[in-house]
Amino acid sequence: MRRATLILLPYLWLLALFLVPFVIVLKISLSDIELAIPPYTPTLDLSEGWKGLRDFFAGLDFENFVFLTTDDLYWKAYLSSLQIASIATLCTLLVGYPIAYGMANAPDHWRPTLMMLVILPFWTSFLIRVYSWMGILSTEGYLNQLLLSLGLISEPLTILNTPVAVYIGIVYTYLPFMILPIYSALERMDGSLLEAAEDLGCSRIKAFWLITIPLSKTGIIAGCFLVFIPTIGEFVIPSLLGGSQTLMIGKVLWEEFFNNRDWPVASAVAVVLLLILIIPIVLFQRNEQKQREAEG
Amino acid sequence: MRRLTWFNATSLTLGFAFLYLPMIILIVYSFNESKLVTVWAGFSTKWYGTLIQNEAFLDAAWVTIQVAVVSSTIATVLGTMAALVLVRAGRFYGRTLFSGMIYAPLVMPEVITGLSLLLLFIGIGLDRGIFTIILAHTTFSMCFVSVVVSSRLVTFDRSLEEAALDLGCSHFDAFRLVTLPIIAPAVISGWLLAFTLSLDDLVIASFTAGPSATTLPIKIWSSIRLGVSPEINALSTIMIAIVAVGVITASLITKRASLRQQADERAAVHA
Repeated sequence: MRRATLILLPYLWLLALFLVPFVIVLKISLSDIELAIPPYTPTLDLSEGWKGLRDFFAGLDFENFVFLTTDDLYWKAYLSSLQIASIATLCTLLVGYPIAYGMANAPDHWRPTLMMLVILPFWTSFLIRVYSWMGILSTEGYLNQLLLSLGLISEPLTILNTPVAVYIGIVYTYLPFMILPIYSALERMDGSLLEAAEDLGCSRIKAFWLITIPLSKTGIIAGCFLVFIPTIGEFVIPSLLGGSQTLMIGKVLWEEFFNNRDWPVASAVAVVLLLILIIPIVLFQRNEQKQREAEG
Repeated sequence: MRRLTWFNATSLTLGFAFLYLPMIILIVYSFNESKLVTVWAGFSTKWYGTLIQNEAFLDAAWVTIQVAVVSSTIATVLGTMAALVLVRAGRFYGRTLFSGMIYAPLVMPEVITGLSLLLLFIGIGLDRGIFTIILAHTTFSMCFVSVVVSSRLVTFDRSLEEAALDLGCSHFDAFRLVTLPIIAPAVISGWLLAFTLSLDDLVIASFTAGPSATTLPIKIWSSIRLGVSPEINALSTIMIAIVAVGVITASLITKRASLRQQADERAAVHA
């Protein structure tokens, strides 16, 4: 009895507020748009019982999904989200790895403090962290002021409202997700392996490539997925830093819903986005499982 | 092998400068006299003054705190229950679906979570407001809580609980007196995580909040879309200060708790 309550309460909560809403999205993505409130006509009418279900399957069409393929905007937005997420993940890795490496090789008594310094920004508001770059990157912003006063540039650079600003925003906000798994992989590494390699005549750089990188591979993969997966559906960063020329699917979904009030298409966009995300999520889970097996 | 080479020192310095400079600039310029945020015109605290008189911000902050306290508390209870189910309930019908529903919201894009919950609330005719935001926040943050708590439960030594049962404790008392104190640090950090996620959330709140309830992130969002403003800099500074104090206090407390626990365990071994 106790066990049943323990299972049922969270189970029912998640069914009602996670699974059912998602089924509704799926259903509306198959509906037709209508100028009404709510702005769609349901194609599945359950109150009519079996007849409703038969009508649903007879009239089932994927016109909203077909629409997604015919309008350039959508597939361009999916592709550009994937591209931005890939490039940003790579940049985050290039920035994050040296930091994680430095932390793992720092004196022992420094490490708790360094760890806290990495985690602290994660607790501060995401919105504020993105916002802080608006003042830095704008045409009359701090970065341009600095570069102009140093005489490095003669004209202010346009960075805000370009994809470059989006990359900077993503690297900045997702950096802790990259650093932490790499750090924990590097920290477990046995330092004597490097000494052995150097004793046997390996150069330091070669030993780094042959030993450190392969041993931190699971950390690198985990970090990359932890950045890549949430970045694809990112909304705040492209909206604040990317301007109108940066196309990302999270932003398209938002605008489709709030500005165009086209719920069926917004739902179809969501369904396709989820289908795309399944691949990296499954790969990520597999990587985690492999790591657990290696440890256990 | 642990030596600080010049390479490591440089990458740490540059890395932490990158992480902290934007926030430091924000804090410094919140004390700027000028309305033009990028031009320094002397020290002033006037933006804090205008912020305190801005009722829209104060109302939004109050709504946000109510939502965060209520949703993170319910999420902690539900999430801890879910963690107990995941780690201890063994096999039951629909277990795979259950663990799927715990892990999926962690990677679900916020725009999808928000959209689907809004469609549900409209579908069942629930008026949107504080209540719907609380439902939405509870749902995704209970998953984070259950992940945090279950990682602690996995390493929990069940023989302690069995000893309590053998000595005549009821199941509930064994949980309350033995299990809960031991997993308490994880439950507390789960609550803190849920609380912060709720304070921070813009996207899901925008979908699930009706016109009657505006949270602080929604309010901040609508004013920063128009550009940088000194008032928002002041507000950000206050929020950063609260978080910094909170995190540092929490890390000191956990450090002391873990030292005490180590001492307790040593004492138990020697006794």
